[in-house]
Amino acid sequence: MTFLDDFLVRAALAGVGVVLIAGPLGCFVVWRRMAYFGEATAHASLLGVTLALALEVAIWPAVVAVAALMAVTVALLSARGHAADTILGVLAHGALAAGLVAIGFVSGVRVDLTGYLFGDIFAVSQADLAVIWGGATLGVSALAFVWRSLVNSTINEELAAAEGGNPERDRLVLTLALAVLIAVAIKVVGVLLITAMLIIPAASARIVARTPEGMALAAIGVGLVAVASGLWSSWEFDTPGGPSIALAATAVFALANVARLAFRRAA
Amino acid sequence: MTVNLPLPLLQARGVAVRKGGRDILQAIDFAISPGEIVTIVGPNGSGKTTFLRALIGALKPSSGRVIRRPKLRIGYMPQRLAIDRNMPLTVDRFLSLGDAKGATSRQQALETAGIPQLAGNQMTGLSGGELQRALLARAILREPDLLVLDEPTQGLDQPGEAAFYRLIADLREQTGMAVLMVSHDLHVVMSASDRVICLNGHICCEGAPTQVSAAPEYRALFGHGTDGALALYRHEHDHSHDECGHDHAHPHHHDTGATP
Repeated sequence: MTFLDDFLVRAALAGVGVVLIAGPLGCFVVWRRMAYFGEATAHASLLGVTLALALEVAIWPAVVAVAALMAVTVALLSARGHAADTILGVLAHGALAAGLVAIGFVSGVRVDLTGYLFGDIFAVSQADLAVIWGGATLGVSALAFVWRSLVNSTINEELAAAEGGNPERDRLVLTLALAVLIAVAIKVVGVLLITAMLIIPAASARIVARTPEGMALAAIGVGLVAVASGLWSSWEFDTPGGPSIALAATAVFALANVARLAFRRAA
Repeated sequence: MTVNLPLPLLQARGVAVRKGGRDILQAIDFAISPGEIVTIVGPNGSGKTTFLRALIGALKPSSGRVIRRPKLRIGYMPQRLAIDRNMPLTVDRFLSLGDAKGATSRQQALETAGIPQLAGNQMTGLSGGELQRALLARAILREPDLLVLDEPTQGLDQPGEAAFYRLIADLREQTGMAVLMVSHDLHVVMSASDRVICLNGHICCEGAPTQVSAAPEYRALFGHGTDGALALYRHEHDHSHDECGHDHAHPHHHDTGATP
Protein backbone atom coordinates (compact mmCIF):
# COMPACT_ATOMS: atom_id res chain seq x y z
CA MET A 1 0.00 0.00 0.00
CA THR A 2 3.04 2.24 -0.06
CA PHE A 3 2.09 3.96 -3.25
CA LEU A 4 -1.04 5.23 -1.49
CA ASP A 5 1.35 7.22 0.71
CA ASP A 6 1.89 9.58 -2.19
CA PHE A 7 -0.68 12.38 -1.94
CA LEU A 8 -0.64 12.83 -5.71
CA VAL A 9 -1.58 9.19 -6.24
CA ARG A 10 -4.38 9.51 -3.68
CA ALA A 11 -5.59 12.67 -5.42
CA ALA A 12 -5.64 10.93 -8.81
CA LEU A 13 -7.48 7.89 -7.44
CA ALA A 14 -10.02 10.13 -5.71
CA GLY A 15 -10.62 12.01 -8.96
CA VAL A 16 -11.05 8.77 -10.91
CA GLY A 17 -13.54 7.45 -8.33
CA VAL A 18 -15.68 10.59 -8.59
CA VAL A 19 -15.55 10.61 -12.38
CA LEU A 20 -16.70 6.97 -12.64
CA ILE A 21 -20.02 7.77 -10.98
CA ALA A 22 -20.36 11.40 -12.10
CA GLY A 23 -20.08 10.43 -15.81
CA PRO A 24 -23.17 8.21 -16.14
CA LEU A 25 -25.11 10.10 -13.46
CA GLY A 26 -24.38 13.39 -15.21
CA CYS A 27 -25.92 12.02 -18.41
CA PHE A 28 -29.23 11.54 -16.63
CA VAL A 29 -28.95 14.99 -15.07
CA VAL A 30 -28.58 16.43 -18.58
CA TRP A 31 -31.28 14.27 -20.21
CA ARG A 32 -33.79 14.96 -17.46
CA ARG A 33 -32.81 18.62 -17.12
CA MET A 34 -31.99 18.21 -13.47
CA ALA A 35 -29.06 20.63 -13.31
CA TYR A 36 -30.76 22.90 -10.81
CA PHE A 37 -31.92 19.86 -8.89
CA GLY A 38 -28.31 18.71 -8.55
CA GLU A 39 -27.28 22.18 -7.51
CA ALA A 40 -29.92 22.38 -4.77
CA THR A 41 -28.91 18.98 -3.45
CA ALA A 42 -25.22 19.79 -3.54
CA HIS A 43 -25.69 23.11 -1.76
CA ALA A 44 -27.76 21.45 0.94
CA SER A 45 -24.86 19.14 1.67
CA LEU A 46 -23.07 22.05 3.35
CA LEU A 47 -25.72 21.79 6.06
CA GLY A 48 -24.78 18.13 6.35
CA VAL A 49 -21.16 19.13 6.88
CA THR A 50 -22.18 21.58 9.61
CA LEU A 51 -24.32 18.94 11.26
CA ALA A 52 -21.43 16.45 11.23
CA LEU A 53 -19.03 19.01 12.71
CA ALA A 54 -21.48 19.99 15.43
CA LEU A 55 -22.18 16.37 16.36
CA GLU A 56 -18.54 15.40 15.88
CA VAL A 57 -19.36 12.51 13.59
CA ALA A 58 -17.96 11.52 10.19
CA ILE A 59 -18.80 13.94 7.39
CA TRP A 60 -20.03 11.59 4.68
CA PRO A 61 -23.01 9.88 6.41
CA ALA A 62 -24.37 13.29 7.44
CA VAL A 63 -23.91 14.60 3.91
CA VAL A 64 -25.64 11.59 2.35
CA ALA A 65 -28.54 11.96 4.79
CA VAL A 66 -29.04 15.70 4.26
CA ALA A 67 -28.53 15.50 0.50
CA ALA A 68 -31.01 12.62 0.23
CA LEU A 69 -33.51 14.53 2.37
CA MET A 70 -33.15 17.60 0.18
CA ALA A 71 -33.39 15.59 -3.04
CA VAL A 72 -36.54 13.78 -1.90
CA THR A 73 -38.12 17.06 -0.73
CA VAL A 74 -37.44 18.70 -4.06
CA ALA A 75 -38.72 15.66 -5.95
CA LEU A 76 -41.96 15.68 -3.94
CA LEU A 77 -42.45 19.43 -4.38
CA SER A 78 -41.97 19.28 -8.13
CA ALA A 79 -44.24 16.24 -8.39
CA ARG A 80 -46.98 18.37 -6.82
CA GLY A 81 -46.62 20.81 -9.64
CA HIS A 82 -44.84 23.71 -7.96
CA ALA A 83 -43.02 25.88 -10.48
CA ALA A 84 -39.93 23.70 -10.59
CA ASP A 85 -37.38 26.23 -11.76
CA THR A 86 -38.24 28.89 -9.22
CA ILE A 87 -38.66 26.57 -6.27
CA LEU A 88 -35.32 24.90 -7.07
CA GLY A 89 -33.61 28.28 -7.28
CA VAL A 90 -35.00 29.26 -3.89
CA LEU A 91 -33.99 25.95 -2.33
CA ALA A 92 -30.53 25.87 -3.90
CA HIS A 93 -29.50 29.30 -2.72
CA GLY A 94 -31.44 29.16 0.52
CA ALA A 95 -29.66 25.94 1.41
CA LEU A 96 -26.25 27.39 0.55
CA ALA A 97 -26.87 30.51 2.63
CA ALA A 98 -28.17 28.44 5.52
CA GLY A 99 -25.12 26.23 5.34
CA LEU A 100 -22.74 29.19 5.32
CA VAL A 101 -24.48 30.80 8.30
CA ALA A 102 -24.79 27.56 10.25
CA ILE A 103 -21.15 26.64 9.82
CA GLY A 104 -20.26 29.93 11.55
CA PHE A 105 -22.06 28.72 14.65
CA VAL A 106 -20.00 25.58 15.02
CA SER A 107 -17.79 26.51 17.92
CA GLY A 108 -14.42 25.12 18.84
CA VAL A 109 -13.59 24.01 15.32
CA ARG A 110 -11.54 25.98 12.92
CA VAL A 111 -13.44 25.21 9.82
CA ASP A 112 -11.71 25.24 6.49
CA LEU A 113 -14.70 26.62 4.60
CA THR A 114 -12.80 26.89 1.33
CA GLY A 115 -12.06 23.18 1.51
CA TYR A 116 -15.75 22.35 1.62
CA LEU A 117 -16.77 24.88 -1.01
CA PHE A 118 -14.06 24.05 -3.56
CA GLY A 119 -12.72 20.72 -2.36
CA ASP A 120 -9.24 19.82 -1.22
CA ILE A 121 -8.20 16.96 -3.45
CA PHE A 122 -4.58 16.96 -2.30
CA ALA A 123 -5.66 16.38 1.29
CA VAL A 124 -7.55 13.15 0.50
CA SER A 125 -6.65 10.52 3.10
CA GLN A 126 -6.72 6.74 2.71
CA ALA A 127 -9.95 6.70 4.71
CA ASP A 128 -11.43 9.29 2.30
CA LEU A 129 -10.37 7.07 -0.60
CA ALA A 130 -12.22 4.15 0.93
CA VAL A 131 -15.39 6.26 1.19
CA ILE A 132 -15.00 7.61 -2.35
CA TRP A 133 -14.45 4.21 -3.97
CA GLY A 134 -17.09 2.56 -1.79
CA GLY A 135 -19.63 5.20 -2.78
CA ALA A 136 -18.61 5.15 -6.43
CA THR A 137 -18.91 1.34 -6.58
CA LEU A 138 -22.31 1.45 -4.91
CA GLY A 139 -23.58 4.23 -7.17
CA VAL A 140 -22.30 2.71 -10.40
CA SER A 141 -23.70 -0.73 -9.50
CA ALA A 142 -27.11 0.76 -8.70
CA LEU A 143 -27.19 2.64 -12.01
CA ALA A 144 -26.04 -0.42 -13.95
CA PHE A 145 -28.69 -2.55 -12.26
CA VAL A 146 -31.61 -0.31 -13.31
CA TRP A 147 -29.97 1.06 -16.48
CA ARG A 148 -32.41 -0.07 -19.16
CA SER A 149 -35.44 0.76 -17.07
CA LEU A 150 -33.98 4.15 -16.09
CA VAL A 151 -33.22 5.07 -19.70
CA ASN A 152 -36.75 4.03 -20.67
CA SER A 153 -38.37 6.16 -17.97
CA THR A 154 -36.13 9.03 -19.01
CA ILE A 155 -37.40 8.70 -22.59
CA ASN A 156 -41.07 8.53 -21.58
CA GLU A 157 -42.56 7.49 -18.24
CA GLU A 158 -45.88 6.25 -19.68
CA LEU A 159 -44.06 4.10 -22.22
CA ALA A 160 -41.86 2.65 -19.49
CA ALA A 161 -44.84 1.92 -17.25
CA ALA A 162 -46.84 0.30 -20.06
CA GLU A 163 -43.93 -2.01 -20.80
CA GLY A 164 -43.79 -3.15 -17.19
CA GLY A 165 -41.20 -0.70 -15.86
CA ASN A 166 -41.35 1.25 -12.63
CA PRO A 167 -40.57 4.94 -13.22
CA GLU A 168 -41.01 5.85 -9.55
CA ARG A 169 -38.43 3.34 -8.42
CA ASP A 170 -36.07 4.54 -11.14
CA ARG A 171 -36.45 8.13 -10.00
CA LEU A 172 -35.70 7.11 -6.42
CA VAL A 173 -32.54 5.22 -7.44
CA LEU A 174 -31.39 8.27 -9.41
CA THR A 175 -32.08 10.60 -6.48
CA LEU A 176 -30.22 8.43 -4.00
CA ALA A 177 -27.29 7.92 -6.39
CA LEU A 178 -27.07 11.70 -6.63
CA ALA A 179 -26.93 12.00 -2.84
CA VAL A 180 -24.14 9.41 -2.72
CA LEU A 181 -22.20 11.20 -5.46
CA ILE A 182 -22.37 14.46 -3.53
CA ALA A 183 -20.97 12.85 -0.40
CA VAL A 184 -18.22 11.30 -2.50
CA ALA A 185 -17.34 14.43 -4.46
CA ILE A 186 -17.40 17.03 -1.70
CA LYS A 187 -13.77 16.38 -0.75
CA VAL A 188 -12.63 16.37 -4.37
CA VAL A 189 -14.32 19.33 -6.05
CA GLY A 190 -16.35 20.87 -3.22
CA VAL A 191 -20.00 21.85 -2.86
CA LEU A 192 -19.93 24.56 -5.51
CA LEU A 193 -18.41 22.55 -8.35
CA ILE A 194 -20.15 19.19 -7.99
CA THR A 195 -22.71 20.15 -10.63
CA ALA A 196 -19.85 21.06 -12.95
CA MET A 197 -18.53 17.50 -12.74
CA LEU A 198 -22.00 16.19 -13.56
CA ILE A 199 -22.82 18.43 -16.48
CA ILE A 200 -19.63 19.34 -18.29
CA PRO A 201 -18.32 15.82 -19.05
CA ALA A 202 -21.81 14.71 -20.11
CA ALA A 203 -22.27 17.76 -22.34
CA SER A 204 -18.88 17.11 -23.97
CA ALA A 205 -19.68 13.43 -24.45
CA ARG A 206 -22.92 14.32 -26.22
CA ILE A 207 -20.93 15.62 -29.16
CA VAL A 208 -19.44 12.24 -30.06
CA ALA A 209 -21.99 9.75 -28.74
CA ARG A 210 -24.68 7.96 -30.78
CA THR A 211 -26.35 5.98 -27.98
CA PRO A 212 -27.08 6.61 -24.27
CA GLU A 213 -24.49 4.00 -23.27
CA GLY A 214 -21.90 5.55 -25.54
CA MET A 215 -22.54 8.93 -23.96
CA ALA A 216 -22.12 7.56 -20.42
CA LEU A 217 -18.79 5.94 -21.29
CA ALA A 218 -17.57 9.01 -23.15
CA ALA A 219 -18.52 11.17 -20.15
CA ILE A 220 -16.30 8.99 -17.96
CA GLY A 221 -13.54 9.39 -20.55
CA VAL A 222 -13.86 13.17 -20.59
CA GLY A 223 -13.84 13.16 -16.78
CA LEU A 224 -10.64 11.12 -16.70
CA VAL A 225 -8.94 13.53 -19.09
CA ALA A 226 -10.15 16.44 -16.94
CA VAL A 227 -8.80 14.86 -13.74
CA ALA A 228 -5.41 14.10 -15.32
CA SER A 229 -4.93 17.51 -16.89
CA GLY A 230 -6.46 19.36 -13.94
CA LEU A 231 -4.11 17.68 -11.47
CA TRP A 232 -1.16 18.28 -13.78
CA SER A 233 -1.88 22.00 -14.12
CA SER A 234 -2.54 22.24 -10.42
CA TRP A 235 0.88 20.70 -9.79
CA GLU A 236 2.62 22.74 -12.44
CA PHE A 237 1.06 26.16 -11.78
CA ASP A 238 0.03 25.72 -8.16
CA THR A 239 -3.66 26.29 -8.93
CA PRO A 240 -6.45 24.89 -6.71
CA GLY A 241 -7.20 21.24 -7.53
CA GLY A 242 -11.01 21.07 -7.79
CA PRO A 243 -11.44 24.24 -9.86
CA SER A 244 -8.56 23.15 -12.12
CA ILE A 245 -10.32 19.86 -12.86
CA ALA A 246 -13.61 21.64 -13.61
CA LEU A 247 -11.78 24.12 -15.82
CA ALA A 248 -10.01 21.31 -17.67
CA ALA A 249 -13.41 19.67 -18.30
CA THR A 250 -14.68 22.98 -19.67
CA ALA A 251 -11.66 23.17 -21.96
CA VAL A 252 -12.44 19.68 -23.29
CA PHE A 253 -16.02 20.79 -23.90
CA ALA A 254 -14.86 23.86 -25.81
CA LEU A 255 -12.31 21.91 -27.87
CA ALA A 256 -14.85 19.21 -28.72
CA ASN A 257 -17.27 21.85 -29.97
CA VAL A 258 -14.62 23.60 -32.03
CA ALA A 259 -13.54 20.27 -33.51
CA ARG A 260 -17.15 19.44 -34.38
CA LEU A 261 -17.65 22.75 -36.13
CA ALA A 262 -14.40 22.35 -38.06
CA PHE A 263 -15.34 18.80 -38.99
CA ARG A 264 -18.77 19.89 -40.16
CA ARG A 265 -17.29 22.62 -42.31
CA ALA A 266 -14.79 20.21 -43.83
CA ALA A 267 -17.45 17.59 -44.55
CA MET B 1 -76.24 -15.01 -32.31
CA THR B 2 -74.40 -16.50 -29.35
CA VAL B 3 -71.05 -15.09 -28.40
CA ASN B 4 -68.38 -17.00 -26.59
CA LEU B 5 -66.83 -14.61 -24.16
CA PRO B 6 -63.05 -14.96 -23.93
CA LEU B 7 -61.32 -13.75 -20.80
CA PRO B 8 -60.83 -9.99 -21.24
CA LEU B 9 -57.24 -8.79 -21.66
CA LEU B 10 -57.83 -5.77 -19.56
CA GLN B 11 -60.70 -4.61 -17.38
CA ALA B 12 -61.50 -1.45 -15.49
CA ARG B 13 -63.98 -1.69 -12.64
CA GLY B 14 -65.40 1.49 -11.23
CA VAL B 15 -62.24 3.41 -12.06
CA ALA B 16 -62.28 7.02 -10.89
CA VAL B 17 -59.51 9.59 -10.97
CA ARG B 18 -59.52 12.82 -8.97
CA LYS B 19 -56.88 15.46 -9.44
CA GLY B 20 -56.69 18.72 -7.54
CA GLY B 21 -60.23 18.26 -6.17
CA ARG B 22 -61.65 17.78 -9.64
CA ASP B 23 -63.21 14.57 -10.93
CA ILE B 24 -61.39 13.65 -14.13
CA LEU B 25 -62.95 10.23 -14.46
CA GLN B 26 -65.98 8.78 -12.70
CA ALA B 27 -66.98 5.15 -12.25
CA ILE B 28 -65.67 3.73 -15.49
CA ASP B 29 -66.37 0.09 -16.29
CA PHE B 30 -64.54 -1.21 -19.29
CA ALA B 31 -63.20 -4.40 -20.81
CA ILE B 32 -61.38 -5.29 -23.99
CA SER B 33 -61.22 -8.80 -25.42
CA PRO B 34 -58.51 -10.44 -27.52
CA GLY B 35 -58.53 -9.31 -31.13
CA GLU B 36 -60.95 -6.45 -30.59
CA ILE B 37 -60.38 -2.91 -31.90
CA VAL B 38 -61.87 -0.35 -29.54
CA THR B 39 -61.72 3.38 -30.03
CA ILE B 40 -62.26 5.94 -27.31
CA VAL B 41 -63.55 9.26 -28.55
CA GLY B 42 -64.23 12.38 -26.56
CA PRO B 43 -63.67 16.12 -26.65
CA ASN B 44 -60.50 17.74 -25.31
CA GLY B 45 -60.27 17.45 -21.55
CA SER B 46 -62.70 14.52 -21.43
CA GLY B 47 -60.15 12.32 -19.63
CA LYS B 48 -59.20 10.10 -22.58
CA THR B 49 -55.48 10.21 -21.96
CA THR B 50 -55.98 9.94 -18.19
CA PHE B 51 -58.05 6.82 -18.75
CA LEU B 52 -55.36 5.29 -20.96
CA ARG B 53 -52.72 6.10 -18.36
CA ALA B 54 -54.76 4.35 -15.69
CA LEU B 55 -55.21 1.31 -17.96
CA ILE B 56 -51.51 0.93 -18.78
CA GLY B 57 -50.50 1.34 -15.14
CA ALA B 58 -48.86 4.77 -15.38
CA LEU B 59 -51.43 6.26 -13.02
CA LYS B 60 -53.04 4.82 -9.92
CA PRO B 61 -56.82 5.34 -9.92
CA SER B 62 -58.26 7.18 -6.91
CA SER B 63 -60.80 4.38 -6.61
CA GLY B 64 -61.75 1.26 -8.50
CA ARG B 65 -59.24 -1.05 -10.06
CA VAL B 66 -57.67 -2.18 -13.28
CA ILE B 67 -57.35 -5.92 -13.83
CA ARG B 68 -54.91 -7.30 -16.35
CA ARG B 69 -54.88 -10.80 -17.67
CA PRO B 70 -51.76 -12.46 -16.23
CA LYS B 71 -48.65 -11.97 -18.39
CA LEU B 72 -50.44 -9.45 -20.57
CA ARG B 73 -48.01 -7.84 -23.01
CA ILE B 74 -48.86 -4.25 -23.84
CA GLY B 75 -47.40 -2.28 -26.72
CA TYR B 76 -47.92 1.42 -26.16
CA MET B 77 -47.65 4.39 -28.47
CA PRO B 78 -47.63 7.64 -26.52
CA GLN B 79 -49.20 10.75 -27.99
CA ARG B 80 -45.90 12.60 -28.00
CA LEU B 81 -42.32 11.66 -27.41
CA ALA B 82 -40.24 14.58 -26.27
CA ILE B 83 -36.72 13.17 -26.11
CA ASP B 84 -34.23 15.73 -24.85
CA ARG B 85 -31.94 16.82 -27.68
CA ASN B 86 -29.02 15.97 -25.44
CA MET B 87 -29.87 12.27 -25.49
CA PRO B 88 -28.17 10.48 -28.35
CA LEU B 89 -30.42 7.61 -29.38
CA THR B 90 -30.54 5.70 -32.63
CA VAL B 91 -33.84 4.25 -33.80
CA ASP B 92 -32.30 0.78 -33.46
CA ARG B 93 -31.26 1.34 -29.84
CA PHE B 94 -34.70 2.80 -29.12
CA LEU B 95 -36.23 -0.48 -30.29
CA SER B 96 -33.81 -2.68 -28.36
CA LEU B 97 -34.56 -0.70 -25.19
CA GLY B 98 -38.17 -1.85 -25.55
CA ASP B 99 -37.49 -5.50 -26.21
CA ALA B 100 -34.30 -7.53 -26.18
CA LYS B 101 -35.08 -9.41 -29.41
CA GLY B 102 -32.35 -9.78 -32.04
CA ALA B 103 -31.34 -7.36 -34.77
CA THR B 104 -33.32 -9.28 -37.42
CA SER B 105 -36.57 -8.86 -35.49
CA ARG B 106 -35.86 -5.17 -35.02
CA GLN B 107 -35.26 -4.68 -38.73
CA GLN B 108 -38.45 -6.58 -39.47
CA ALA B 109 -40.44 -4.37 -37.10
CA LEU B 110 -39.03 -1.30 -38.85
CA GLU B 111 -40.03 -2.76 -42.21
CA THR B 112 -43.57 -3.46 -41.01
CA ALA B 113 -43.81 0.08 -39.73
CA GLY B 114 -42.57 1.36 -43.08
CA ILE B 115 -39.22 2.86 -42.09
CA PRO B 116 -36.68 0.10 -42.87
CA GLN B 117 -33.97 2.59 -43.81
CA LEU B 118 -33.98 4.55 -40.54
CA ALA B 119 -32.38 2.07 -38.10
CA GLY B 120 -29.20 4.10 -37.77
CA ASN B 121 -30.86 7.52 -37.61
CA GLN B 122 -31.07 9.60 -34.46
CA MET B 123 -34.53 9.73 -32.84
CA THR B 124 -34.31 13.50 -32.36
CA GLY B 125 -33.81 13.99 -36.10
CA LEU B 126 -36.98 12.18 -37.21
CA SER B 127 -39.97 13.95 -38.73
CA GLY B 128 -43.35 13.67 -37.00
CA GLY B 129 -44.52 10.85 -39.24
CA GLU B 130 -41.24 8.93 -38.95
CA LEU B 131 -41.35 9.24 -35.18
CA GLN B 132 -44.87 7.79 -35.10
CA ARG B 133 -43.64 4.85 -37.14
CA ALA B 134 -40.62 4.34 -34.88
CA LEU B 135 -42.98 4.26 -31.90
CA LEU B 136 -45.20 1.77 -33.72
CA ALA B 137 -42.16 -0.39 -34.57
CA ARG B 138 -41.17 -0.51 -30.90
CA ALA B 139 -44.72 -1.40 -29.88
CA ILE B 140 -45.10 -4.26 -32.38
CA LEU B 141 -41.60 -5.59 -31.73
CA ARG B 142 -42.91 -6.64 -28.32
CA GLU B 143 -45.51 -8.85 -30.05
CA PRO B 144 -48.17 -7.39 -27.78
CA ASP B 145 -51.51 -8.94 -26.88
CA LEU B 146 -52.83 -5.40 -26.71
CA LEU B 147 -51.68 -2.38 -28.67
CA VAL B 148 -52.56 0.93 -27.03
CA LEU B 149 -52.42 4.08 -29.17
CA ASP B 150 -52.96 7.60 -27.85
CA GLU B 151 -54.03 9.87 -30.74
CA PRO B 152 -51.64 8.03 -33.04
CA THR B 153 -52.12 10.16 -36.14
CA GLN B 154 -51.50 13.59 -34.70
CA GLY B 155 -49.35 15.48 -37.14
CA LEU B 156 -50.13 13.22 -40.10
CA ASP B 157 -51.96 14.48 -43.17
CA GLN B 158 -55.20 12.81 -44.21
CA PRO B 159 -53.78 10.21 -46.61
CA GLY B 160 -51.13 9.42 -43.96
CA GLU B 161 -53.86 9.03 -41.39
CA ALA B 162 -55.88 6.66 -43.56
CA ALA B 163 -52.77 4.62 -44.38
CA PHE B 164 -51.91 4.39 -40.69
CA TYR B 165 -55.31 2.99 -39.72
CA ARG B 166 -55.16 0.53 -42.60
CA LEU B 167 -51.79 -0.65 -41.30
CA ILE B 168 -53.23 -1.10 -37.80
CA ALA B 169 -56.18 -3.08 -39.18
CA ASP B 170 -53.81 -5.27 -41.23
CA LEU B 171 -51.62 -5.92 -38.20
CA ARG B 172 -54.65 -6.96 -36.18
CA GLU B 173 -55.59 -9.40 -38.96
CA GLN B 174 -52.09 -10.89 -39.03
CA THR B 175 -51.36 -11.11 -35.31
CA GLY B 176 -54.76 -11.24 -33.65
CA MET B 177 -53.73 -8.56 -31.18
CA ALA B 178 -56.34 -6.29 -29.65
CA VAL B 179 -56.12 -2.56 -30.29
CA LEU B 180 -57.24 0.22 -28.00
CA MET B 181 -56.92 3.72 -29.33
CA VAL B 182 -57.89 7.23 -28.49
CA SER B 183 -59.10 9.69 -31.07
CA HIS B 184 -60.80 13.05 -31.01
CA ASP B 185 -62.26 12.42 -34.41
CA LEU B 186 -64.69 9.54 -34.80
CA HIS B 187 -65.23 9.50 -38.51
CA VAL B 188 -61.62 8.74 -39.44
CA VAL B 189 -61.47 5.66 -37.19
CA MET B 190 -65.00 4.38 -37.77
CA SER B 191 -64.23 1.85 -40.45
CA ALA B 192 -61.35 0.40 -38.42
CA SER B 193 -63.17 0.05 -35.08
CA ASP B 194 -65.29 -2.80 -33.77
CA ARG B 195 -66.54 -0.74 -30.89
CA VAL B 196 -66.50 2.91 -29.95
CA ILE B 197 -66.65 4.39 -26.47
CA CYS B 198 -67.65 7.98 -26.11
CA LEU B 199 -66.02 9.45 -23.03
CA ASN B 200 -66.63 12.70 -21.22
CA GLY B 201 -65.49 12.12 -17.65
CA HIS B 202 -67.78 9.12 -17.70
CA ILE B 203 -68.87 6.79 -20.48
CA CYS B 204 -71.66 8.64 -22.27
CA CYS B 205 -72.43 5.92 -24.74
CA GLU B 206 -70.77 3.01 -26.42
CA GLY B 207 -71.41 0.49 -29.13
CA ALA B 208 -70.74 -0.10 -32.79
CA PRO B 209 -69.36 2.99 -34.57
CA THR B 210 -72.59 3.77 -36.36
CA GLN B 211 -74.64 3.46 -33.18
CA VAL B 212 -72.39 5.88 -31.35
CA SER B 213 -72.35 8.39 -34.15
CA ALA B 214 -76.15 8.39 -34.14
CA ALA B 215 -76.47 8.58 -30.36
CA PRO B 216 -77.87 11.83 -28.95
CA GLU B 217 -75.10 11.86 -26.30
CA TYR B 218 -72.44 11.79 -28.98
CA ARG B 219 -74.16 14.48 -31.01
CA ALA B 220 -74.53 16.66 -27.95
CA LEU B 221 -70.76 16.51 -27.47
CA PHE B 222 -69.61 16.77 -31.05
CA GLY B 223 -72.42 18.53 -32.85
CA HIS B 224 -73.18 17.59 -36.40
CA GLY B 225 -70.00 18.77 -38.03
CA THR B 226 -69.04 15.36 -39.35
CA ASP B 227 -72.43 14.56 -40.81
CA GLY B 228 -71.18 14.51 -44.36
CA ALA B 229 -68.54 11.91 -43.74
CA LEU B 230 -70.86 9.87 -41.53
CA ALA B 231 -73.61 9.94 -44.11
CA LEU B 232 -71.20 8.69 -46.70
CA TYR B 233 -70.03 5.97 -44.37
CA ARG B 234 -73.56 4.89 -43.50
CA HIS B 235 -74.53 4.74 -47.09
CA GLU B 236 -71.87 2.14 -47.68
CA HIS B 237 -71.73 0.15 -44.49
CA ASP B 238 -74.58 0.77 -42.15
CA HIS B 239 -76.79 -2.17 -41.32
CA SER B 240 -78.14 -1.04 -38.00
CA HIS B 241 -80.02 2.06 -36.97
CA ASP B 242 -80.21 1.23 -33.28
CA GLU B 243 -80.03 4.14 -30.94
CA CYS B 244 -77.14 4.17 -28.56
CA GLY B 245 -79.09 5.87 -25.81
CA HIS B 246 -80.62 2.69 -24.43
CA ASP B 247 -78.64 -0.39 -23.52
CA HIS B 248 -76.09 -1.29 -26.13
CA ALA B 249 -75.82 -4.36 -28.19
CA HIS B 250 -72.24 -5.39 -27.54
CA PRO B 251 -71.59 -8.31 -25.23
CA HIS B 252 -68.70 -7.22 -23.00
CA HIS B 253 -70.58 -4.67 -21.06
CA HIS B 254 -72.98 -7.28 -19.75
CA ASP B 255 -70.19 -9.55 -18.69
CA THR B 256 -70.81 -9.03 -14.99
CA GLY B 257 -70.59 -12.70 -14.05
CA ALA B 258 -67.03 -13.16 -15.25
CA THR B 259 -64.23 -13.64 -12.78
CA PRO B 260 -60.95 -11.84 -13.26
